[in-house]
Amino acid sequence: MTATSEEPLSGMPIVGSADRPFLSVNDLHVTFPTEDGLVQAVDGVSLSVERGKTLAIVGESGSGKSVTAQAIMGLVNRKSATVTGEIWLDGQELINLPQREVQELMGMEIAMIFQDPMSSLHPFYRIGDQIVEAIRAHRSIGKAAARRETLEMLQHVGIPAAERRIDAYPHQLSGGMRQRVMIAMALINSPQLLIADEPTTALDVTVQAQILELIARLQGEFGTTVILITHDLGIVADVADDVAVMYGGRIVELASTTTLYDLPEMPYTLGLLSSVPRMDQKLPERLDPIRGNPPSPIRLPKGCVFQPRCDYWQRVPGEACLTVRPDLLESDPDHWVRCHLKVEERKQIARDVKQILAGGGE
Amino acid sequence: MTNQTSDVLDVTDLRTYFPVRSRGLIPRTIGAVKAVDGVSLSLDAGETLGLVGESGSGKTTAARSILMLVRPTGGSVKIDGEEITDLSARKLMPIRRKAQMIFQDPYNALNPRHTVGAIITAPFKVQKVVPPGGVKKGVLELMERVGLNPEHYNRYPNEFSGGQRQRIGIARAIALRPKLIVCDEPVSALDVSIQAQILNLLRDLQKEFGIAYLFVAHDLAVVRQISHRVAVMYLGKIMETAPRELIYSRPLHPYTHSLLSAVPVPDPKRQAHRKSRIVLHGDLPSPIDPPSGCVFRTRCFQAQERCAVEVPPLVELAPGHHVACHFPIAVEDLPARAEVQALTADDPQEATPDVQIVSREEAADGAAGAAGKGRGAQEEALDEGGAAEEGVSLNKPRA
Ligand SMILES: Nc1ncnc2c1ncn2[C@@H]1O[C@H](COP(=O)(O)OP(=O)(O)OP(=O)(O)O)[C@@H](O)[C@H]1O
Ligand SMILES: Nc1ncnc2c1ncn2[C@@H]1O[C@H](COP(=O)(O)OP(=O)(O)O)[C@@H](O)[C@H]1O
Ligand code: SF4
Ligand code: SF4
Ligand SMILES: [Mg+2]
Ligand SMILES: [Mg+2]
Repeated sequence: MTATSEEPLSGMPIVGSADRPFLSVNDLHVTFPTEDGLVQAVDGVSLSVERGKTLAIVGESGSGKSVTAQAIMGLVNRKSATVTGEIWLDGQELINLPQREVQELMGMEIAMIFQDPMSSLHPFYRIGDQIVEAIRAHRSIGKAAARRETLEMLQHVGIPAAERRIDAYPHQLSGGMRQRVMIAMALINSPQLLIADEPTTALDVTVQAQILELIARLQGEFGTTVILITHDLGIVADVADDVAVMYGGRIVELASTTTLYDLPEMPYTLGLLSSVPRMDQKLPERLDPIRGNPPSPIRLPKGCVFQPRCDYWQRVPGEACLTVRPDLLESDPDHWVRCHLKVEERKQIARDVKQILAGGGE
Repeated sequence: MTNQTSDVLDVTDLRTYFPVRSRGLIPRTIGAVKAVDGVSLSLDAGETLGLVGESGSGKTTAARSILMLVRPTGGSVKIDGEEITDLSARKLMPIRRKAQMIFQDPYNALNPRHTVGAIITAPFKVQKVVPPGGVKKGVLELMERVGLNPEHYNRYPNEFSGGQRQRIGIARAIALRPKLIVCDEPVSALDVSIQAQILNLLRDLQKEFGIAYLFVAHDLAVVRQISHRVAVMYLGKIMETAPRELIYSRPLHPYTHSLLSAVPVPDPKRQAHRKSRIVLHGDLPSPIDPPSGCVFRTRCFQAQERCAVEVPPLVELAPGHHVACHFPIAVEDLPARAEVQALTADDPQEATPDVQIVSREEAADGAAGAAGKGRGAQEEALDEGGAAEEGVSLNKPRA
């Protein structure tokens, strides 16, 4: 993955690879007109992912993660929303592509899995028939061959007694098994890009571990590019190559996973990391949460969107945090941060906070 | 477990079974879901006991049974020394002053047609308690205490965020200064930053008022943060219980090992170097037809013949450390990577009952909808002292 500024695509910095990134999103905006006003769900998101890599998008609820994913999938209803910007997948621009052509790509080139498997599975049809249908919608192959392929895929994703379960209805399966069926259906046409929106949020840690291992294994086998949306910083550390942190519809920090956990520079990322209770550290007497609540997407603050919750805005001269939106700028190679603080100051803050965290109680 | 009468909560051999009915024109009862099957636990004043386990393990049912929001099938529940399992709804009313509950879903737990003021006032009204300075003043002080703006007294729940709604639920729960609050996944639906705020609030209130918490959650890191002791539940039974430090640093039950090693740690370096991760295969077996002997044996990496025939009792292996396993194992003795392709494949005991009937979803609906009363019913059932649902009655007379 490479980070991008909000420049046009031609000027996009491509770091670390001579190839054009497999997926790149450039200055994506999604707005929903509502009774209360205009909801800026996604407000200028730019990112790119290289083939075969995993990019995680993290952030609190309402930060725009799902809408970003839906825009990439062409799932945002254009009648009720405005979508602008560019989405390039393997050399093809998607936003201005006719709806019919986007649909053809879906399920073939790009597939998506959700938190709730029932959003992909029809309750009244046998799971096998649904997967066979997904194959035959995109490829001209016979029913028997499609069924054979379906059975293999169900075995592949670890459905026990697949030859029996292929004829089961979704409600006859446990939550973890339904999740695996949905993954089987998403992967059946070997998509090049898999977008997983909170795929394990509703599952137990034990099943979550199974599903994450499954996605990683299949990614290794098929070379799939993965965008993983989650709010769980533990999962990110486990599976992602790179991380984009979203807040108020924008990316506020973008870096490799190791960099982000080692020395996060945006105060929001730092706050997130110090909010989570952790099993691998000494037990602090109290947690150190970010104060206040996430912003309303209708009345976003004028300056830095995080300012009302930030502990450091007063360190920036001229009250810039109150009036000027910071840009996403490259702080180190491949490390992008949206914050007015000086780079050295941000790094010092991160080091200080980490020191305090490491020194806690018990 | 200790059995001193001074305990705030004393639960002995609690059992809650739900009937399984056949489909067809005249449904018959053909079995029982043993949601809670012989749970014993106790809580001192000002103490937090974390109750963890996979979804479907019976945590919620145990929590609700303890407060008689679902009538247990058997066993004993003593709150502040008083046996409450046989009390009628009316006689339960005074108990509600001592024992309250906070629910997972801050969206469904509050009645959307009541203002925040009315919701927090309800416990005073129902119990006919007037705090010094009057009810309104008491409610405003409570709002202030839990971090709500008292000016929002006349607002409705839908005008608040998830975290703020959880604060409303907390204000209502602490209104009458209870000795015990049963918290069912109180922070699971919240974002991490808000989650941390609520955990801090709960801890502060505990220190201030000496409240005991039974804290139900599936997030082991959250439970570690808040609990003094932890109990691990699987398929209706307690597998292991110990002081916090011991559960996390010296677990002895294979199931606890599996749970702990499945938790992803937010540190990429540690992830890469993690030595032993036990990958638990398969799902929780059906509680309609649980495995014989040890209920965990179908997924246990060291199950042996004896485990299929003999139920392991919960035994105290070290002071305060109870384990239900024939072959407890210490961290240092774990196999390097105990990934065992357990007996999932065609084990008849394995999950997915073909008799559907009691899907998790229905159970969840039943719990949230509280016998069809809809939103806010949880709150009301709690205020009124009534039970929202009934477990199977095993010919137990009820006063
Ligand atoms: N169809 C819609 N109409 C109006 N507003 C919408 C619509 N879809 C999303 N939004 C708003 O857009 C913002 C971002 O939503 P989105 O679902 O992408 O957030 P998210 O980060 O995925 O949150 P969560 O973690 O809760 O799923 C939110 O404020 C949401 O309320
Ligand atoms: N009202 C009910 N009727 C039938 N079965 C139920 C009911 N409530 C819970 N169960 C069953 O009891 C078991 C334990 O459920 P629950 O207490 O909700 O678990 P947890 O809270 O740990 O997720 C599950 O198998 C569930 O399906
Ligand atoms: S720009 Fe200012 S308010 Fe925003 S995160 Fe940086 S210091 Fe805080
Ligand atoms: S009793 Fe046997 S099956 Fe049960 S946990 Fe112990 S070793 Fe495993
Ligand atoms: Mg979402
Ligand atoms: Mg529950």
